[in-house]
Amino acid sequence: MQIPVEGFMYPNEVELQWSVLIVLYPFITGLVAGAFILASLERVFRVEAVKPTYRLALLTALSFLLVAPLPLQLHLGHPERSLEMYLTPHCSSAMAMFGFVYLWYLMAVLLLEIWLDYRRDIVVKSQTSTGLARLAYRVFAFGSSNISERSLRIDERLGYFITLIGIPSAFLLHGYVGFIFGSVKANPWWSSPLMPIVFLFSAMVSGIAAVMLLYMLSTRLRGREIDIRCLDKIAQYLLYTFVIDFSLEMLDLLQRIYEADESFRSLDFMVHTRLWKSQVIVQILLGTVTPIALLGLTQILKFNDVARKRIYGLAGCLTLIGIFAMRWNVVIGGQLFSKSFLGYTTYKMALTTREGLLIAIFLMLLPFGILWVLVKLLPPWPDSVSLPATGAAPAHGTS
Amino acid sequence: MFKDIEHLIRLAVVILVLLAVFVVLRVAVVPRSFGQYGHYRGAAIEETAARPIAFAGHDACEACQTDVVEQKKQGKHMVVACEACHGALAKHADDPASVTPPKLDTAVVCARCHEANSAKPKDFPQVVTADHSGGIACDTCHQPHRPKIETSTTEAKKTEPKTKTEGRK
Amino acid sequence: MDLTRRRLLVLLPAAAVAWKYVLAGTPEASPNYKLTEHWWTMLIDIPKCIGCGSCVRACAEENDVPDGYFRTWIERYHVADWKIERPEVTSPNGGKQGFPPNQDASGKNFFVPKLCNHCSDSPCTQVCPVGATFVTPDGVVLVDKNYCLGCRYCVQACPYGCRFINPKTKTAEKCSLCYHRITKGMTTACCEVCPTGARQLADLKNPKDPIHEFLRTHNVQILKPHMATGAKVFYNGMDGSVR
Repeated sequence: MQIPVEGFMYPNEVELQWSVLIVLYPFITGLVAGAFILASLERVFRVEAVKPTYRLALLTALSFLLVAPLPLQLHLGHPERSLEMYLTPHCSSAMAMFGFVYLWYLMAVLLLEIWLDYRRDIVVKSQTSTGLARLAYRVFAFGSSNISERSLRIDERLGYFITLIGIPSAFLLHGYVGFIFGSVKANPWWSSPLMPIVFLFSAMVSGIAAVMLLYMLSTRLRGREIDIRCLDKIAQYLLYTFVIDFSLEMLDLLQRIYEADESFRSLDFMVHTRLWKSQVIVQILLGTVTPIALLGLTQILKFNDVARKRIYGLAGCLTLIGIFAMRWNVVIGGQLFSKSFLGYTTYKMALTTREGLLIAIFLMLLPFGILWVLVKLLPPWPDSVSLPATGAAPAHGTS
Repeated sequence: MFKDIEHLIRLAVVILVLLAVFVVLRVAVVPRSFGQYGHYRGAAIEETAARPIAFAGHDACEACQTDVVEQKKQGKHMVVACEACHGALAKHADDPASVTPPKLDTAVVCARCHEANSAKPKDFPQVVTADHSGGIACDTCHQPHRPKIETSTTEAKKTEPKTKTEGRK
Repeated sequence: MDLTRRRLLVLLPAAAVAWKYVLAGTPEASPNYKLTEHWWTMLIDIPKCIGCGSCVRACAEENDVPDGYFRTWIERYHVADWKIERPEVTSPNGGKQGFPPNQDASGKNFFVPKLCNHCSDSPCTQVCPVGATFVTPDGVVLVDKNYCLGCRYCVQACPYGCRFINPKTKTAEKCSLCYHRITKGMTTACCEVCPTGARQLADLKNPKDPIHEFLRTHNVQILKPHMATGAKVFYNGMDGSVR
């Protein structure tokens, strides 16, 4: 496949190393971090209004976190050797250390928090269901049937503590992905101390938008009433986070334009030509400025409930598109120009190969499939409290 | 008290089991030579050093081709290694009888170095082959091992000692 | 394994006999090669390079480099007048078949061979998640293709563009300084075939190596010094326009 090159590129640079799958990966982990931080808003910062989305946010985070390693595995030349990253991690490598950050976050934070929050329901279900489901629930409960008042209070305290650790862990999870790019001194498009922070805030934006949309969609599908106060609060947090995220990105851009160092001319040309559509049109105008304006309008003007919901829906969708475009522009954009600053190449995305578009679409849809299964196994709805035979109080997060 | 945290104890046991599995894996699976010199498989150094060799090196050629050496010594190509033009010949050096070096097309081989290019050093002998020879094989007039044409063309070729081994024209 | 003294007394002579047997079939083998006695590097003399591409072809043959990928390559620079920040650079197929005829003598024109710089503070080694690429005790940056995951992080981290992923092995690959040759007292394939001596292997730990004198008496540079990679390939007569 002849790849069109403009100007001069080092011969080995013509073919892109990291494909759309590596764009997908920070997008997915971003959703995880964002969803979790939204959940922790309620638990730790006692923002009552967003309570209805607490469990949904956790399950969303888990669905995406389970899918997150898949694009990486598909991209590796030798996925069968990936265990080496855990057995002989090279401690100077951000990628190796990230394997442990991911594992820590998955096991010690997310799974534990979900387990502690749902434990009562799991035990009750293990007693009331039959067949395979019963076995599954018994395994989830580790065979325990202990749901006494005291044990549930201990769970509550432990859960609070884990959420507390979970917030910096979520920050670390996605900030680290930013660091994986930001620490590459060879690439001026990536190399920046702002990178982890920009990634983190854009992750929070995407996570909040995703949970908001999922909440709206799932409530509609279940034929229930959307808690508009909850939605308003989430949209507010989305707006604030977005403003910070946009300011950081603009700060980076302005600094680059002003300092105009060695790489600037090459990067500037790239943005004006190869990245014009994806960066200026999709990411900035459609995906950032428009949602911020829409959300800002709802804060200034009074819209009725229906109009607000529609605006939130639109803003949420545009946000997700914009954040995906941001990942694309960082990962793909960083490989389109030559490190000699004298040329540009083209990304030819395949359709059916291991790293092609079809696989990317499948990987984006898979978390929703997993979420559907999780929602069936562990219903997160506020109005589906299962009262145990003993009549003990319902667990936290479902009232 | 323990009754209340019984589920947490079960959880702790599961975590300990997983940790134990990890430790066992690490001991069993990590290659023995890992860490020998640094954070890598020490055996990789030996493996890399054991690759087969394709270019014999001019010393190997000069051991047998002494007449060619004599010729080259008299000219500018003295510093040019045999395999620069003749390609990788370690197989031939190991078993001269059964592996024959392929015949060279001088129109192609010589042009790579001597075709005029403004980026080449000014004092390096270069020609525009179209003007210089019209594209015919360079060894029509030049003897590659002693490229300078001393006297008239035919004289130079007549007085050259026989250097051709089997396989050449 | 427990090495008691008695076991050693039995093993060592046996090993020595076996080693001699192995060596008998490989006349160039050098069992006396000690890693700590060498610190390999290369010297590129730009005014001598004629862009013939012999080094690119030889490297490809010696190391089974697949088509379209390059462990070494040659760049042709054209610098118009004083425009040192905007050279015109070409590298048709890495210079593998040499360069097309070009008689435009305006400005400054020259060839620059490029290869892995075998950095002593190698950024590619720093980012490898598993330790599949490393700096040997004798100063060569190698890739362990039996351990590499093919994650491509090292390819991203190299400022010089000298790494690629081999499509057959699906692992990272780059110039190995012909490690399998230099450890046997031979020179690299590229230095062997270079007709003008533009490329020369050097051993910085060898007091008799002419590079010491050369470095003392010539103005040399390394590529991208601001990256602080500890690059060890020295370029003599390199113009400021070289990227």
